[in-house]
Amino acid sequence: MIASRAETRQGPVVLRPSSLKPRWLVVGVLVLGAAVLIGLLLGPVALHRRAVALEIVNALPFVKVSSGLSESHSAILWQIRMPRVVLGGLVGALLASCGAAYQGVFRNPLVDPYLLGAAAGAGLGITLVIAYGASGASLLLPGAAFLGAIGGVMAAYILGRSGSGSRTTTSLVLAGVAVTSFLTAVQTYVQQRNDETLREVYTWILGRLSTAGWREVLLILPYAAVSALVLFLHRRLLDVISVGDEEADSVGVSTARVRLLVVVAASLGTAAAVAVSGLIGFVGIIVPHTVRLIVGSSYRLVLPLSILFGAAFLVLADLIARTIISPAEVPIGVVTAFFGAPFFMMILRTSRRNS
Amino acid sequence: MRKTWLLVILLSLLSAACRTDGTPARTTSEPEFPVTISSGDAEVTIEKRPERIVSLSSTATEILFAIEAGEQVEAVDDQSNYPAEAPKSDLSGFQPNVEAIAARNPDLVIYHFDPGDLADSLEKLGIPALMQPAAVQLEDTYQQISDLGLATGKTEEAEDLVESMKKEITEVLETVPEFEDPPTYYHELEQTYFTLTSKTFAGEIYSLLGLENIADAADTEGSGYPQLSAEYIIDADPDFIFLANTKCCAQSSETVAQRPGWGNMKAVTGDRVVELDDDVASRWGPRVVDFLEAAAEAVSELEPANA
Repeated sequence: MIASRAETRQGPVVLRPSSLKPRWLVVGVLVLGAAVLIGLLLGPVALHRRAVALEIVNALPFVKVSSGLSESHSAILWQIRMPRVVLGGLVGALLASCGAAYQGVFRNPLVDPYLLGAAAGAGLGITLVIAYGASGASLLLPGAAFLGAIGGVMAAYILGRSGSGSRTTTSLVLAGVAVTSFLTAVQTYVQQRNDETLREVYTWILGRLSTAGWREVLLILPYAAVSALVLFLHRRLLDVISVGDEEADSVGVSTARVRLLVVVAASLGTAAAVAVSGLIGFVGIIVPHTVRLIVGSSYRLVLPLSILFGAAFLVLADLIARTIISPAEVPIGVVTAFFGAPFFMMILRTSRRNS
Repeated sequence: MRKTWLLVILLSLLSAACRTDGTPARTTSEPEFPVTISSGDAEVTIEKRPERIVSLSSTATEILFAIEAGEQVEAVDDQSNYPAEAPKSDLSGFQPNVEAIAARNPDLVIYHFDPGDLADSLEKLGIPALMQPAAVQLEDTYQQISDLGLATGKTEEAEDLVESMKKEITEVLETVPEFEDPPTYYHELEQTYFTLTSKTFAGEIYSLLGLENIADAADTEGSGYPQLSAEYIIDADPDFIFLANTKCCAQSSETVAQRPGWGNMKAVTGDRVVELDDDVASRWGPRVVDFLEAAAEAVSELEPANA
């Protein structure tokens, strides 16, 4: 259903610049701003709302106000809640924009970082470093995750193409499923053979958003920046590619080069996200599709809006994860799927009724 | 079951009374088999003294060796790293492979976890299997020690062990000051802040010391093993932080102090981050006394005024 819908939209029609709706960018910025603000105001520990607002004002240059927050509450705001909101936003933006990019470059609405083997590959990379790497090798983790992610995507892509001679939707998805299963199997095996590191591996795979600090933010920032920049610069070329390889070649676009660059950038982004937050499903597929259903399928809007809405979605999902059974936590993957799936179905129904 | 007990006691008394050559009673007392022991929700009958025990539970392994039944043990699972002389094998207690277990030709299998049909499969093969699940309170530990004594023919050694544990625990508790306002603690199982409440086995140990658990609010009806928010832990600012992830995950008082926002916590500034041995703090065998001692030592250093 999604496939046919997206395919019918992927014609030259979508390239009308006049039909772009820049006001959605403003909406996206406002939604993200609101999500971040709510994320900072609410948490398992009740901080005084006015004090939080004053703390934020105080952080602005040339302003000095006293918020009246105690030392420990100030630490909770600045060293626990703030980096967690920022990291949630970064991870959401990465997963959503990388999902959108994979969907564009493979001309396949069903692929996302999980289906393609990128996330499983990143998980394997992380497991190998923890199991066989020297202690204190945690700085290597994003790099290892990246190698794993790119390996996973490449394997799925090559396997999908060799399977049927062309990159059809089905063969790529099937190849992704096969690669994911294989990588997950290897990862589980390595994990079992090294049971002394089992708990540490689980800690990484299940996600570390709950323990995030500024260190994790700094750790993924360079990867995130490069990935987002490359994807953003390719937003127009993704539109051209979405028309078809021959058409793209005819207007002088090197599809092979663009595809390679976008896949590398998207895998880098996925790997960075997995390295700090573990495996969080559903964001890479639900956010870009929701955006497409709202504003159409031009990547000039889909990409920036996926970044904004992806960030907002994960900040809010994490807010639920840390508050709903406070002071205990719910794994964030549970929240993204539990609230994401019905929300997506609602969007899908509404948009079909309208069209 | 009570009848068997009576018989065992009578026999040991009799053999002690008949002892003429001066050898200690325990080597001559030969408890009568078959014995019937509760095994999880069911019962198991052991026909004769087992000589080829396979232990799939690290706690059971520790108990077996503590009651001098070590010579009757054929193989222990891959997690049984204590005592060193235990015949560690690659058998898994979490994913038990019935064929691999049967290949050891055991006459008794002791396990703590059944992923599905371990008990059924062993029964079909005619191998007696004794289930000893994770203890919830100290009484469970004493019961499991007695049961293992009965199962291996080491009833006296088992009773001696229980008695000495009870005595040592009482002695340790006497060294701990009483607090008007109970000090609080956080027991870390792993560094995404999974912890345990006072309703668990380890939680009972802390309760004995008069400590109050900060996680109780997070898990009023659940499993007893909630995952806490960092914010909540910092805000609760417990008097003690007990780390049960020092071996698995290289956590220490230094790594805790370096965590964002944790540096100014009472437990960190007051040097009350206690590094426990992961295994000792997570098993429910004889070494629970060591666990209690480690915690008691830290608690004893706390000035009542600080509490």
